[in-house]
Amino acid sequence: MKYSSSHIKPSEITSESVYWNRRRFVQAAIASGTLLTAGAACSRKVATADVGKDVDPNSMTPDLPNVVPSPYSTDAEPNSWRDITTYNNFYEFGLGKADPHKNVGDFHTDPWTVEVSGEADVTGKFALEDILKPHTYEERIYRLRCVEAWSMVVPWVGIQMSEVLKRFKPTSRAQFVEFRTLFDPEQMPGQRRAVLDWPYVEGLTIAEAMHPLTLFGVGLYGKEMPKQNGAPLRLVVPWKYGFKSIKSIVSIRFTETMPRNTWAVSAPREYGFYANVNPEVDHPRWSQARERPIGKGLFAEKIPTQMFNGYAEEVASLYDGLDLRKHF
Amino acid sequence: MSQNDKVSKTIMVFLKQLGINERIRYVGKPLVFLLASVPLVWIVLKAFNLGSSFGANPIEEMLDHFGNWGLRLLLITLCVTPLRHLIGKPWPLRFRRMLGLFAFFYVALHFTVYAWLDQGWSLIAIGEDIVKRPYITLGLLSVVILLALALTSPHAARRRLGKTWQKLHYLVYPAAILAVWHYWWQVKKDITEPLIYAAILTALLAFRAVKKWRKPPRRKRQTATV
Repeated sequence: MKYSSSHIKPSEITSESVYWNRRRFVQAAIASGTLLTAGAACSRKVATADVGKDVDPNSMTPDLPNVVPSPYSTDAEPNSWRDITTYNNFYEFGLGKADPHKNVGDFHTDPWTVEVSGEADVTGKFALEDILKPHTYEERIYRLRCVEAWSMVVPWVGIQMSEVLKRFKPTSRAQFVEFRTLFDPEQMPGQRRAVLDWPYVEGLTIAEAMHPLTLFGVGLYGKEMPKQNGAPLRLVVPWKYGFKSIKSIVSIRFTETMPRNTWAVSAPREYGFYANVNPEVDHPRWSQARERPIGKGLFAEKIPTQMFNGYAEEVASLYDGLDLRKHF
Repeated sequence: MSQNDKVSKTIMVFLKQLGINERIRYVGKPLVFLLASVPLVWIVLKAFNLGSSFGANPIEEMLDHFGNWGLRLLLITLCVTPLRHLIGKPWPLRFRRMLGLFAFFYVALHFTVYAWLDQGWSLIAIGEDIVKRPYITLGLLSVVILLALALTSPHAARRRLGKTWQKLHYLVYPAAILAVWHYWWQVKKDITEPLIYAAILTALLAFRAVKKWRKPPRRKRQTATV
């Protein structure tokens, strides 16, 4: 599947999203203004949010300072800390859903360095703190839809990706952003087997990366990101299937050409570059029309999947003119 | 000598006095029954949070668990004939029906979890799955075959069906092949486990093929050797 510029009209997207960005920016500005006046009370409310029953206190990570709520949050009730941190696909730590939680013991996320390269004016190796420092931590409660037809609601703590990427001054040639996970079989036992082509690679179009819904995730429930959830820095793109949101990022590269993302290389019939949640396009082995919400009990019915995971109003314009059956 | 030792000695003496038939009936069969029930007991305990508990997605866990044990017991059932030939004694045959019925039991639970908890008995969703997704089609075919075999397992059915019974029960081979294939196609990335089952099944089928080829049986006994 090759990126074809004839399908997307860049001029249209840009103008539309700039317009939209501005609208959101005004909203966000108003919201954060309100928050500033509300002060510490608000951030404390976020950080001590209910993390669900059956929480093992030893599994909790330290609090993150100064987290503010975001107007982008859904009002859906988040899944418990336990569900979110024990049911993960993170093949670097094993293929079972419970494996990452069990096997992250040898994984060291501090200190952490991120290399920025490619079509940008500011490149090089950066300490994670320096990348995060100037930005506001926001709590954003997003829906998460896995390509395996289950879903969760996750109270992420993150920083808006566009704000971070702008600091690296991508050039006009930058059409895509490619992300890479750490490759270190010593720390990541799942990488000792060639189940996938390590290290895990993912990518976004520059328009997707600059979209205000797109986050660098750094935490959960007002606390530091647990390792199995992709500490210390992960991607969060709520309108795409979960596998798109690469975990434990060590490299950000601005490119002219479409990155070859790991799953699309491994099984191109099943996983594409875009990975947009789409109830009308089935996975070859299961329907995507409905999803099982995690944590609702044995007899909960599946619920209908929403186009772009319910974020269609915000992101559909990014794909105007693109055949979503072909570019899945 | 303690009370316990006395009891166990008495049991040993008692067992020695039993004939092979009694040992199978009063000891072997209950033991196999208990062992084959362990996967079910384990899930029930899990449901009540005893020992371990379900993770975030219990339906997925139950599907995997029952599917795996259905397939494992099916393969164990297919081990009976080779075992019988290897040890040169007929007694393993006495366990075959029970093992086969347990295999069907777990397969039926696997199917029930799929149809009920996963699909909510939605005939539209299930029908769509069967038509659109070959691995579901294969799995369902296997379930249908195993259902027919389970229904015709009582002695009365065997007597009534006569020679047809044996022909019908040869369908256990396609059922096992379909089951392994179903699992293989369902796996997302790591095919190690279905590969192991496929290898075991191949070996079990090869044993039968070689047996048939090396010693063409006298016409009368042909059906009895399987």
